[in-house]
Amino acid sequence: MTCEEAEILIHALIDGELDASHAREVEAHVAACTHCTAALAAYRQMSQVIAGAALRYTAPESLRRRVEAALPKATAAAPSRRLVLRGFAMGSAVSALAATGLVAIVLREDDEQRIMSEIVSAHLRSLQAGHLTDVLSTDQHTVKPWFNGRIDVAPPVIDLTAQGFTLIGGRLDYVDARPIGAVVYKRRAHVINLFVAQTANTEHRAARTETLQGYNIRTWSDRGLKFWAISDIGADELAEFSEKFEAATRANKEG
Amino acid sequence: MPVFSFDHDPDRTRRFRELTLPHLNDVYTLARYLLRDAADAEDAVQECYLRALKHFDTYRGPAIRPWLFAILRNICRAEYARRAAAPAATIEDTPEAAEQTPLWHESQETPEAQILRERDADAIRRLIDTLAEPFRETFVLREINNLSYREIAETVGAPVGTVMSRLARARAMLRAAWIAEQEASR
Repeated sequence: MTCEEAEILIHALIDGELDASHAREVEAHVAACTHCTAALAAYRQMSQVIAGAALRYTAPESLRRRVEAALPKATAAAPSRRLVLRGFAMGSAVSALAATGLVAIVLREDDEQRIMSEIVSAHLRSLQAGHLTDVLSTDQHTVKPWFNGRIDVAPPVIDLTAQGFTLIGGRLDYVDARPIGAVVYKRRAHVINLFVAQTANTEHRAARTETLQGYNIRTWSDRGLKFWAISDIGADELAEFSEKFEAATRANKEG
Repeated sequence: MPVFSFDHDPDRTRRFRELTLPHLNDVYTLARYLLRDAADAEDAVQECYLRALKHFDTYRGPAIRPWLFAILRNICRAEYARRAAAPAATIEDTPEAAEQTPLWHESQETPEAQILRERDADAIRRLIDTLAEPFRETFVLREINNLSYREIAETVGAPVGTVMSRLARARAMLRAAWIAEQEASR
């Protein structure tokens, strides 16, 4: 391999875009070439600084409203759940609706939504200075025991560094007026909070993603635990995170 | 103003909203870097969503972002054409070095470090803004929007090899500007 080829391929190496055999070839060239060794080190450092800087922009709320208003409503005819609930609050025809079972359905959904927005608030609080982690460690064997006695569940703490999600610690948080465990990961500069709570339901519920206030939230349940993974990373990356996490949990259980 | 067409299909619209609205910040970020102007970026994003809905049938998946970004990119290119009278600055015209902060820093998270980080972000943004358009675009899609090489190729309609060489050039130019700046601030 020539330096000219390597000059392009070291970037693919940094970005993890090379297959194993090409990666070895580039590494072999770099090892034998002081010029390319220096370049690789410099570009790695540059990538880290860039990943660590807040370079993304957040769409202004006015733009979000403009875009939403310009798109046709998906369900223009049906009243929003909020309007339905306001009807209940005014006390009109509550008993008649209760008889139909509609109340239970509406309230359960609303409960989920309320917890979801509490998850978003907890995530936002955690991003403020000095509140991200109570126990700061990339070692799962340090983070996991830390939760003992602090909450009523033992959240699975799994190091996913090799899969591109770095474990950075754990935190005690409060959602729905109860203490809840948060396991904290980083993906490049982005924080992922994984909230874990007990649920009465022991069956496995497949993951799904919702978006609230611009954050992606992926929820799933497994063996009596309910998980909420929240982050500003893209929905596809968050899905990748939950898949890797679930795969690693299964591997731990079987292995 | 909401647009209500008589033939609109609520399922299609709902699917469109669910797929695309979560990426609003991503689309806006790309627009900011491509157009280097907040107001123009907002207009381009709105136009992008309207056009995307209109042409939703051309979306073949699986990843939605390259498809959305490609639409945004076309809108931005029309905007470049409109601006053509005032050519963009290139990497050679690095802004006054004296105004810039050094980019390397220790990673301690004191409040001062937080401020430094934000100032660094500004300094890095200014450097990225000086890159010529095809390099800036590839660089931002990779480093800030986190697209894979294949997704970038799909977005910009170029072969992966072209993406790789543009990215290498972009990083080399940025590194040179970066070093020049550090030396100037010494």
